[in-house]
Amino acid sequence: MAEIQIRDVRKTFGDFVAVKGSSFTINDGEFFVMLGPSGCGKTTTLRIIAGLELPSSGQILLDGEDVTFNRGSERDIAFVFQLYALYPHMSVRRNISFPLRVQGAPRAEIRQQTEDVAKLLRIEHLLDRGVNGLAAGDRQRVALGRAIVRRAKAYLMDEPLGALDAEFRELMCEELRLLHNRINATTVYVTHDQIEAMSMADRICIMNLGEILQVGAPMEIYERPATKFVAGFVGSPAMNFLNAQGGIAPGAREIRINGAALGMPEAREGLDTQSAILGARPEHIQIADDGPLRGRVFAVEYMGARQLVTVDTDAGRLRVRAPNTTRVAYGEAVGLSFDPERVVVFNPDTDRALKSALYDGDARG
Amino acid sequence: MSGASTAYSVVEATPRGKLIAGVVVVAYALVALIPLVWIFSTSFKSPPDSISYPPKVVFEPTLEGYVNLFTTRSRQTDEYIESLGPPETWYDELVRERNMVITGPSRFADRYWNSIVIGFGSTFLAVFLGTLTAYAFSRFKVPLKDDLLFFILSTRMMPPVAVAIPIFLMYRELGLSDTAAGMILLYTAVNLSLSVWLLKGFVDEIPREYEEAAVVDGYTRLQAFIKVVLPQMRAGIAATAIFCLIFAWNEYAFALLLTSGNAQTAPPFIPLIIGEGGLDWPAVAAGTTLFLLPVVIFTVMLRNQLLRGITFGAVRR
Repeated sequence: MAEIQIRDVRKTFGDFVAVKGSSFTINDGEFFVMLGPSGCGKTTTLRIIAGLELPSSGQILLDGEDVTFNRGSERDIAFVFQLYALYPHMSVRRNISFPLRVQGAPRAEIRQQTEDVAKLLRIEHLLDRGVNGLAAGDRQRVALGRAIVRRAKAYLMDEPLGALDAEFRELMCEELRLLHNRINATTVYVTHDQIEAMSMADRICIMNLGEILQVGAPMEIYERPATKFVAGFVGSPAMNFLNAQGGIAPGAREIRINGAALGMPEAREGLDTQSAILGARPEHIQIADDGPLRGRVFAVEYMGARQLVTVDTDAGRLRVRAPNTTRVAYGEAVGLSFDPERVVVFNPDTDRALKSALYDGDARG
Repeated sequence: MSGASTAYSVVEATPRGKLIAGVVVVAYALVALIPLVWIFSTSFKSPPDSISYPPKVVFEPTLEGYVNLFTTRSRQTDEYIESLGPPETWYDELVRERNMVITGPSRFADRYWNSIVIGFGSTFLAVFLGTLTAYAFSRFKVPLKDDLLFFILSTRMMPPVAVAIPIFLMYRELGLSDTAAGMILLYTAVNLSLSVWLLKGFVDEIPREYEEAAVVDGYTRLQAFIKVVLPQMRAGIAATAIFCLIFAWNEYAFALLLTSGNAQTAPPFIPLIIGEGGLDWPAVAAGTTLFLLPVVIFTVMLRNQLLRGITFGAVRR
């Protein structure tokens, strides 16, 4: 178990900047998820932590000890690969026990621990099979087993569920989280799937284009996105963005869209750009006849418990999560009202969220 | 059985197709095997049977060819042979029937041993160096990688014999002419391009994650190579070794040019087995039969690996 500190880590491949000066700390025993679209540098960061890549500059600290230039084998970190990387010439038992055999543990202990891990992952019956004939889910378990069979300082996982089908992925998500609750090891998990991230993480780190945009608990990321990208990436459907008027004074509680005034959390800083972007989650918008913003229904998607209504307004198209009792039809003119305490205002030039009452008490990083 | 219909698979052969394929394969096998069967049967014929016309298919087998292959003999008068007393061994007896006595062993065993040393030695070296080179080309950033690989391949673009004269002169100056070391070096050099290119294909097929996993689990890079990469290259190494061995084993032109008394291999020696009244065909056939054995045994031993090796990359799970 260990705390992992990443200090100003930069990684470039030729002219391409994969990771731009990241700094963050992963706490001891935490389930830390790095989330971002493909190519955002999350896997590179993970590989730097594991010692599979050297950073171009910056430091990696494991429990306060600088391991930046230590080989992977000297860091005592376990890694689960996206495509499992099970040794095809070894049986399941030999695959799982591999790290123990490398360490030269006594035979009886190897046997005992391998079987314990297999039992934990419910693959005891496969121990003496080869790995080539295994189903994807079982391979994944073997790969996990190979990681957790030894008490490493940290467990790094690179999209370990990426190759599984949806149903199985959900199940494995749950199991992974339960497994983490049981062994309580520092885990760094890389994924591009926000649902995996939200359901498992203690904290999430969101990256895009090599840059860390926000680090925080899932709820914080969802409710108080630091940038427009974070707001758009997390949540399904994504947050709605509307073009609003800029020029917001500190302490303002209103934002104007096409002349209509909408309530917003009290601004803690001013915004002096010409325009602004108003962000609102679909569930924070209501269809109400007296709503300040008017639009025309473009589509209605019935989702069972809820329905998703797409409305075209002058300020942009937005989607509303409405109760399934609301009766609206295509082409109908509707009014929209916004939950004034929940909307977010973004600076259109920097894409950063405007500090407001919503962010009070928000500790970033 | 109305409504029963036969499903035709796109990829599976129809019975008719299988029959045609079978006939073609058998016909080809016959064409390919007849020379081998001919050599094998000739090696057990007596010299007169071997040149009789029409050729004898049924004949009385004799080991005379093999005895002649391994011995040198001289023709003697009946009186002299009688004065020697009764023959001590079956092969003495066989030879005396033709009015000859054995004067000593032939050089075939030496030549055969040379072939084994040079063939297997150069194969081992070519595969060993090829494996390391292929791994480096596949995994590391080598400056001018593509040019180097092309250069390695380009050594194969002309027939090796085209450089026979420079090599002959160079070897004479270096004292490598007619030495086993020289021949091993030469065959290794010729085979290396093949082995690097073949093996690089195999290493490229092995995902890097295996080594990375091994490194994270506590192995050094070299240990990861030996314990994780090498076992997965088995098929490739076997296939490459067979190709290299077949080349080195069968090579004739350089062996004829560069070797004579000391390091001569079997290929240039076998055609020179002259017997009574011209070529001793049964002895030549016997030499050829024995010459074929090691490659056949080696190939049979590695055939499971070979099959996977030759179709490498063609099928992925």
